[in-house]
Amino acid sequence: MSRSVRVFVPRETAAVSLGADEVAVALESAAQRNHGMAVELVRNGSRGLSWLEPLVEVETGGTRTAYGPVAPEDVDGLVAAGLFEGGTHALSLGPAEKIPYLATQQRWTFRRVGIDDPLSMDAYRAAGGFEGIGRAFELGPSAVLEHVIESGLRGRGGAGFPAGIKWRTVAAATADRKYIACNADEGDSGTFSDRILMEGDPYTLIEGMLIAGYTVGAHKGYIYLRSEYPLARRILGQAIANAREHGWLGTNVRDSGFDFDIELHLGAGSYVCGEETAMLESLEGKAGLIRYKPPLPALEGLFGKPTVVNNVVTLASVPDIVRLGGAAYAALGSGRSKGTLAFQLAGNVKRGGLVEIPFGATLRSLIEDWGGGTASGRPVRAVQVGGPLGAYLPDSLLDTPLDYEAFAAAGGMIGHGGIVVFDDTVDMAAQARFAMEFCSVESCGKCTPCRIGSVRGVEVIDRILGNQDRAANLELLDELCETMVQGSLCAMGGLTPYPVKSALKHFPGDFEPRSGGKR
Amino acid sequence: MTIRYDKAIASEIIAQHGAKPEMLVQILHGFLERYSFISDEAVRQIADELNLSRADVHGVVSFYHDFRRQPAGKVVVKICQAEACQAMGSRELTAYAEKKLGLKVKDTASDGSVTLEPVYCLGNCACSPAVMINQRVYGRVDAACFDRLLASTEDA
Repeated sequence: MSRSVRVFVPRETAAVSLGADEVAVALESAAQRNHGMAVELVRNGSRGLSWLEPLVEVETGGTRTAYGPVAPEDVDGLVAAGLFEGGTHALSLGPAEKIPYLATQQRWTFRRVGIDDPLSMDAYRAAGGFEGIGRAFELGPSAVLEHVIESGLRGRGGAGFPAGIKWRTVAAATADRKYIACNADEGDSGTFSDRILMEGDPYTLIEGMLIAGYTVGAHKGYIYLRSEYPLARRILGQAIANAREHGWLGTNVRDSGFDFDIELHLGAGSYVCGEETAMLESLEGKAGLIRYKPPLPALEGLFGKPTVVNNVVTLASVPDIVRLGGAAYAALGSGRSKGTLAFQLAGNVKRGGLVEIPFGATLRSLIEDWGGGTASGRPVRAVQVGGPLGAYLPDSLLDTPLDYEAFAAAGGMIGHGGIVVFDDTVDMAAQARFAMEFCSVESCGKCTPCRIGSVRGVEVIDRILGNQDRAANLELLDELCETMVQGSLCAMGGLTPYPVKSALKHFPGDFEPRSGGKR
Repeated sequence: MTIRYDKAIASEIIAQHGAKPEMLVQILHGFLERYSFISDEAVRQIADELNLSRADVHGVVSFYHDFRRQPAGKVVVKICQAEACQAMGSRELTAYAEKKLGLKVKDTASDGSVTLEPVYCLGNCACSPAVMINQRVYGRVDAACFDRLLASTEDA
């Protein structure tokens, strides 16, 4: 009589992109073939150690032994080495929780991610799930709002606006309907924390939206999910259906007297729809043209009604803020940047993945201590933080502490916490040109500085590299950037000059004339 | 592999979303899933059933990259063009794919076998460069891996 062994293989985009589904199939058939032992295969979320994916874990005697990265062809050897008993193999990583990359993190929002089947309602509840909304129902909306304000939680989508203040505005507004709109259009390159959360712990997002709705008096929530995330769509869609079935969504949620439901909408490949007002337009079925502000979406948002617009990680941080109290969250972090941020290490980095830590660590520490330097083994030359609209930083600025204000003072932007590393082969003029090109492709077209400025920006950079009226064109580029910063309606045109100007400032040599014009 | 347009089925797709103008983007996704593109007939029928002008619908269709106006190939290959993937050689991979397929990005092979498209971020930035083939994401794709993935779609 063999006892049941639990084996975990993530069902998460990065893991699946490297063969996790095939590994799962191979493990199941190996279990049947060799041992006839009862193996319970759990498709968990990812712990965010993307560099070790597919990361297989085996639970024996209360310990979860990790192996990774496991390719499908490694499975037979692993099984022969006693994988199902937690045996030793060249791919052994020891107990999963003790892997330094993970053990040194301080998980708040992502504490459940990667532990269990993200769709298991029992696992969610066993790990404190739905205790936040339960506590909210006991406290009442105004006390919940105080906790969110006290926590100091700021919008994790990029702008860093205090969530509690936004919620208070919506709560105070008088209207026949109000909405919660979750921005899951995680479009910045180098960011994937929303995705890992939605794929690995979707009920947390649902619970966060429930709490937001209860606090401000909204009964309908929308999740605007990018279409580039098909797996997140499947998992989230199933999670919403399960929550409805278990009475956590719908009329009279768990006999609280509170009605709330969530609709999942897909984006359609437009970057600018990550801007909150463009997203609202898209949710209304229109082209994603941004809106003038004011009015603020908190007062006139979706369908002209007061709307809380928050991103995934912001909303998902709320259940534990309510469960443990706002002060517990505010105790973490540095300065006015309270709590934790799930940084994402991406691009040319040896150990890419998700690192949730309190604000205040330096960029260098993230890239070197967690990231292990570049994947190519070459020196780091430039780092782009905060997505395609974030500045490129040279080595000399890597000791800047990662908090919103300190980082802004250094000319950077934390944004959504994405960190893209480039080695010394990068051509910074090409990166600057790309920033303008990307803006020209993705501009919604509503304002001229962005729509036309980005096209002209590409042309001017090409002329500089082609050595045509170099001094005049450098000056023109500077003026153009200034016009875009000052004159654009939203961050798309307003921030595109940051990667361009930072590349020029820190890497001027890359803009020297080239034989044969542009590369 | 173009599926013939069917007005009754089109009506069903629209009805699934409550035939409301605010569901237009979702309705267009329904058409995309079924037909792989948004045809002129679709634009006409959607406009009629939602009580919008054809210009309204066209304006939305043409705004979003997802809503292609020509049928996609049997295999749709999307290569990420964003910064994290650039840092790991996506420009070179894209050039390789163009050469290998004899196509430029945004083109479909004349025999309808394959469409090559750009995409700006699949959220697989820790395992760059990323490629999506028929809605499935692959990570750390180099030229050899790209060849293998393509070959496997031919077997399927």
